[in-house]
Amino acid sequence: MFKRFSLIAMAVVLMAALALAGCGQKEAQKTTEESDVIKIGVYEPMTGASAAGGQMTVEGIELANEMYPEVLGKKIQLVIVDNKTDKTEAANAVARLIEKDKVSVIIGSYGSSLSMSGGQVAKDAGVPVVGCSPTNPLVTLDNDYYFRVCFIDPFQGKVMAKYAYETLKAKTAAIIMDISNDYSVGLSNFFKKAFIEYTGDEKSIVAEMNYKTGDQDFTAQLTTIKELKPDVVFAPGNYGESALLIKQARELGIDSKFLGGDTWEAPEFIEIGGDAVEGVAFSTHYTEEAPVTEVSEEFLNAYKNKYGGKEANAFAALGFDAYLVARDAIERAGSADPKAIRDALSQTKDFKGATGIITLDENGDANKSAVIKKVEGGKFVFVSVVEPE
Amino acid sequence: MTFQLFLQHLVNGISLGSLYALIAIGYTMVYGILRLINFAHGDIIMLATYIVFFGILIFSLPWWLAFIISIILTTIIGVTVERAAYRPLRNAPRISILISAIGVSFLIENLSLVIFGGRAKSFYQPHIFTKIINFGGVSLMSLTFIIPVTAGILLYCLTYLVNHTKTGMAMRATARDFETARLMGIDINAIISLTFAIGSALAAVGGIMWGLRYPQIHPFIGIMPGLKCFIAAVVGGIGNIPGAMLGGFILGLGEIMLVALLPTLTGYRDAFAFILLIIILLVRPTGILGEKIAEKV
Repeated sequence: MFKRFSLIAMAVVLMAALALAGCGQKEAQKTTEESDVIKIGVYEPMTGASAAGGQMTVEGIELANEMYPEVLGKKIQLVIVDNKTDKTEAANAVARLIEKDKVSVIIGSYGSSLSMSGGQVAKDAGVPVVGCSPTNPLVTLDNDYYFRVCFIDPFQGKVMAKYAYETLKAKTAAIIMDISNDYSVGLSNFFKKAFIEYTGDEKSIVAEMNYKTGDQDFTAQLTTIKELKPDVVFAPGNYGESALLIKQARELGIDSKFLGGDTWEAPEFIEIGGDAVEGVAFSTHYTEEAPVTEVSEEFLNAYKNKYGGKEANAFAALGFDAYLVARDAIERAGSADPKAIRDALSQTKDFKGATGIITLDENGDANKSAVIKKVEGGKFVFVSVVEPE
Repeated sequence: MTFQLFLQHLVNGISLGSLYALIAIGYTMVYGILRLINFAHGDIIMLATYIVFFGILIFSLPWWLAFIISIILTTIIGVTVERAAYRPLRNAPRISILISAIGVSFLIENLSLVIFGGRAKSFYQPHIFTKIINFGGVSLMSLTFIIPVTAGILLYCLTYLVNHTKTGMAMRATARDFETARLMGIDINAIISLTFAIGSALAAVGGIMWGLRYPQIHPFIGIMPGLKCFIAAVVGGIGNIPGAMLGGFILGLGEIMLVALLPTLTGYRDAFAFILLIIILLVRPTGILGEKIAEKV
């Protein structure tokens, strides 16, 4: 009797799972039949270690799509694929968007590693990509088809080194980086270079420790750092791992100041880190406090209306801008042909976005100011704006 | 390296090792009786943390009540999994049950992803567990004491149950030979359900401790601890309860010392566990405390 019951229960659960999986597929099928739409693909981490960042970005993209749903008299259709914070999945996601969904242009991804593995596929297929927040220089280097609406890490690393040296008066620094994450490795190296330049002391970086995405125990690395008593610890990485890391540092009695990069701007960072992350500072792309263009105001109002109660964040703003830049390029190209859109994208100049004026340079990078924020009273608080040189 | 620094590393290693040990005991219990590697163990751990999370967030339960409810619900889930996915395959070849276990693991992970979402959530940490104690420059969280003590008490209770009670005798008989045990009048279904109940309760305790130590939870949180604690159980001698403890400590201390002494090899931290597994399988396949088992004919 019970055996039969359990079999039925299993069948019901399986069917529910299949039905849920089926929903997504049906939608995709419907779209291939329509030809009077222009498709923009989106590949972002909706699950895994960068889920919060990816989801915030997608919020911004969807908001922009609601406000500007048409181009060239056709409807723009978003095809969103989850890359699961996995390099292989990211490459597959881009291949799927190009081959199966036949998109004209792609937006994504949060995470430099994910963008790099997707970028190669897009380059080979000749479909342009507009990155929202991948900040590693290698993302667009040697890739004519990759563009981005954010600043890059040499600048971000320098901003934080300057903040550490000038504002915090730090003489020594330790670095803890996620070696499986191109963003973290790149940013750490640029910070190191700039910090040594500022202090004029080769030995001002007292330690460089490593970990890997997914690690949860950092006590061994931190114990080594504790002994060296650096003034600041630069620890860019995924918000989840970083929050755990800082928490464990405080438990071990490390009272150095912690600094990081734009990935820390996720509500989860504060939720997980709690009191331990009070006072940490990081660089990011955008702040509500200082809207830079009229589009910023428009974005802020629309965001508040749509996601009432939630604070607007840099990733939503960058997603919003990436969509607008892509749409603008389609308009100027006058067609949905990927090659024409690529050429139009490379000509993007003085485009007014929510995060500032976007001009793409010969590498396809935007030259923009950075914002420094810190955590105070369980909130992200604006500290200052740093202009590019 | 100063002595103080070494002590701190040692404490860190014991802290991580006792957590591994706690979870490894669950694996070993189920394997000892059923000869089944319950690959869903890690996912049961994950479910336990989510039950606490929702208990505190939605029903605003006090943390200790949330913990107790989590242990009870997790136990029910564990027994249900056994009924639904393993019992129908009792007489099938062992590989079928193994595949079924992997299937259950994927099912739980992906259902959780749909239900709970992919974004990480923070696990509630009552202050009593996170109080920091300082011993001449060596920092300890009170959890660092609580975990090994809990593991020790559970170890004692389990060894007592298995070696000195009638139920324990029935368990050992079931482990030796299903059919003969049944002929001797043992209700093997009840014994197996009980084993799964204990295994899942252990998973819940392990999950809660894991959440308290590393307060970030998401649907895939159970995979790595699950895998590593399985390795710990094998290293110690799978099926052997004190062995699981020992394996957990070896793994935890080994990982911390690898990072502490050879910082350039940090990236191979997870590889360390697998290399250890391979070495043990080559040198002593039954594990450090495992007995040599004659193949049943």
